[in-house]
Amino acid sequence: MKRSLSVVAFACLALGACKRDGGGAGNAQGPLTLAGSTSVQPFAEKWSEAYSAAHPGAQINVQGGGSTAGIKAAQTGAAQIGTVSRDLKADEKSLTPIVVARDGIAIVVNPANPITDLTLAQVKAIFSGQAKSWKELGGIDKPLNVITREEGSGTRGAFEELALGGSKVATSALVQDSTGAVREMVHGDPAAIGYISLGLVNDQVKAVKLAGVDATEANVVAGKYPLVRPFLFVTQGAPTGTAKDFIAYVLSPAGQELVRKEGLIPAQ
Amino acid sequence: MSTTSPSLGRMSPPLVAPRVTQIVAKTLLWAATALTVGVLVFIVAFVLRRGLPYVTGDFLTEAPRDMGRAGGILPMIVGTLYVTAVAVAVATPLGLGTAIYLTEYTRGGFLTRVVRFGAECLAGVPSIIFGLFGFVFFVITLGMGWSVLAGGLTLAFMILPTVIRTAEEAVKSVPPQYREVAYTLGASKWQAIVKVVLPSALPGILTGIILGIGRSLSETAAVIFTAGSSLKMPVSLFDPARTMSVHFYLLAREGISMPKAYATAAVLVLAILVINATAYGLMHRFMKRFS
Amino acid sequence: MRAALVRRALQMIAFSAIGVLALITVFIVREGAPVLYKTGVGHFLFGGAWRPLEGEFGIWPMIVGSTVVTIGALAIGVPLALACAIVLAELAPPRARALLKPTIELLAGIPSVVYGFMGVVLLVPWIREHLGGPGPSVLAASVILGIMIMPTIIGISIDALQAVPRSYREGSRALGATEWQTIRMVVLPAARSGLVAAVILGMGRALGETMAVIMVAGNSVRVPHAITDPVRTLTANIALEMGYASGDHARALFATAIVLFVIVMALNSLASLARRRPRRRTRRPLWRRALGALSRGAR
Repeated sequence: MKRSLSVVAFACLALGACKRDGGGAGNAQGPLTLAGSTSVQPFAEKWSEAYSAAHPGAQINVQGGGSTAGIKAAQTGAAQIGTVSRDLKADEKSLTPIVVARDGIAIVVNPANPITDLTLAQVKAIFSGQAKSWKELGGIDKPLNVITREEGSGTRGAFEELALGGSKVATSALVQDSTGAVREMVHGDPAAIGYISLGLVNDQVKAVKLAGVDATEANVVAGKYPLVRPFLFVTQGAPTGTAKDFIAYVLSPAGQELVRKEGLIPAQ
Repeated sequence: MSTTSPSLGRMSPPLVAPRVTQIVAKTLLWAATALTVGVLVFIVAFVLRRGLPYVTGDFLTEAPRDMGRAGGILPMIVGTLYVTAVAVAVATPLGLGTAIYLTEYTRGGFLTRVVRFGAECLAGVPSIIFGLFGFVFFVITLGMGWSVLAGGLTLAFMILPTVIRTAEEAVKSVPPQYREVAYTLGASKWQAIVKVVLPSALPGILTGIILGIGRSLSETAAVIFTAGSSLKMPVSLFDPARTMSVHFYLLAREGISMPKAYATAAVLVLAILVINATAYGLMHRFMKRFS
Repeated sequence: MRAALVRRALQMIAFSAIGVLALITVFIVREGAPVLYKTGVGHFLFGGAWRPLEGEFGIWPMIVGSTVVTIGALAIGVPLALACAIVLAELAPPRARALLKPTIELLAGIPSVVYGFMGVVLLVPWIREHLGGPGPSVLAASVILGIMIMPTIIGISIDALQAVPRSYREGSRALGATEWQTIRMVVLPAARSGLVAAVILGMGRALGETMAVIMVAGNSVRVPHAITDPVRTLTANIALEMGYASGDHARALFATAIVLFVIVMALNSLASLARRRPRRRTRRPLWRRALGALSRGAR
């Protein structure tokens, strides 16, 4: 046991050393840290996986923490790149924002729910707590279980602004602190409704049409689907070194193709 | 002391025969015990049954892919060991030093009470507060970032009371004759402590450390804010790491992959059972020696 | 000379625990106090509205949430745990005890997230189907926490029960009392202060748990009206919003931590007071004392 541990430890050290060397040989220096939005995190992981495959020396750490944490991390230098899933606020404009993708927000229900289409007014009624039962919306005779993200979440901020016209989600709503957790909850409850990033909709949940418009990438690109927000990388000043190289890759056709495959909408 | 003395004299004649009451009471007590033990054992069995089939060699030796949906948990195992090692390396000298001071240098007195009260309070601080503190102090103020070091130091503070308390009990239980013999042979106080007291108390001290390890392994709230949640293999002390508990929490909560979540939980639970059993065994041996 | 040096060094180390406690207090207070001051302590504690982005910080729903969930956990955990402790300390034949006691102590180490996950997988759907409501609820959180605190309470209670001198039991039995009468009228009253300490420490653990509660409580910022209503605790409030909070919002979360910290410290002081109540000094075997210390320390 001890021996295999020390073998593992040695392997780690050796691996680290190689990585460092490789990094030095290329034009990249030191590890690159991305921190911020949990909505962006899965895509950042994908980019980092693909980038590392092409640049064996590169060392990229991807952290969650939230949009605001990402901004803070970029400001303090804890991360070279902050990831943000909302527009920057006035006091955050000192950072350089780069739109790396756009994302639709899908309204999701349990696959067993017969509802397939909601109007924006209905969405408003549901999330502001006016509607209490699926029956009022022509659905099953069960109380609506509304699920929202926590205060401060970029997805929630964008949703409240785009879908509720700036008003708040009702306090009776269940609160979950990540997209995955919302999806998991909707997956487990036939009477639940929530909102998540379009790119993270999978077969566990069903995205409903908004006023007859399918929540699809094509409809977002065509400007028909109303709930769309930007995914930003923010940096302190112009990016340099590995960060610059990585961003160039993300914006390249290959990088953009990767997120298109995952359901996001390319930056432009 | 009226509450603690037998008050049989004041007993009024029972409505139901005491024998009957006793049978009812005992039945209820045993039923409650069976329920308690049953629930706890069920939880462990449930996790192991769902998880163990997915625990393969590859699972233990591969890096996760696709956010943990595929692949294994090697970086999390390494990260957990790494963070725990830092915690133990810091908490052991502090805890042991405190214990030696409390038992060998001051007997009772104000100072002892203050220190002991501090340790007791620290033991009761919720882990989320350790997490918040570690985040502001280590991650931000000291500029360590989310790292093995920040996570390890936060955990060290968290397990410190456990280490102090067990080490104190262990050192205290070494019979005074041992020290006296050392002194008669011309040893200084410090020599007596290092050469005689500590070796005799070693199993007890180890028990505390092992329990600290167990607690570090199972902690989530304090580490997620300080060590981060990066999927990468940590190499240096300043790299972020995701421990097994955090990995399990994220997999399960975000519904990334239930089989991988159960498998991670199974590994975690097995590790903790083994660790606690070791601590228990050591304690058992230690007790036999001195009683 | 060297001895004095060693003594000094050890003395400094001995203050590490107090030092850490002070450091934690300073940093939490430094971060949280400005918002407490700005909002006013009364308004912060008793305000019903939590709209952190608009600068409205009232944590009353969370205080109620933590309170009801903790009471619920005690209602479920304490009777079962005490029963279990009585059986193990007083009634069980040695062989059953030799099997059950280690089992429970081993289970004390199961990570709280595993308990929370069991709640999500088994308990929450059951509540939704059979009792109504959204599923994540006061009840779900209480049950999970109740189960979680049992090993802690059992460990310390067994300790307290075994500290009661054998002569008490023998005296009582000699007077013709049955085993149960002896337990109820002699052993339990004699062990009372220890049992109270056990319950208070279990309470502290329920109050301080975070991740398991987030998973099963639903986290709505609203005072619950039924046990099937969702609820948010103080700990959940901190952990849920910390990721995205900035400025005063983040400070308000630290202020929440101050409130939690004060409550937990008060409970701890109570527990140590309860434990320090004079009781007949008997030398418990080292093994008991140490394990007692462990079960307390290993929380």
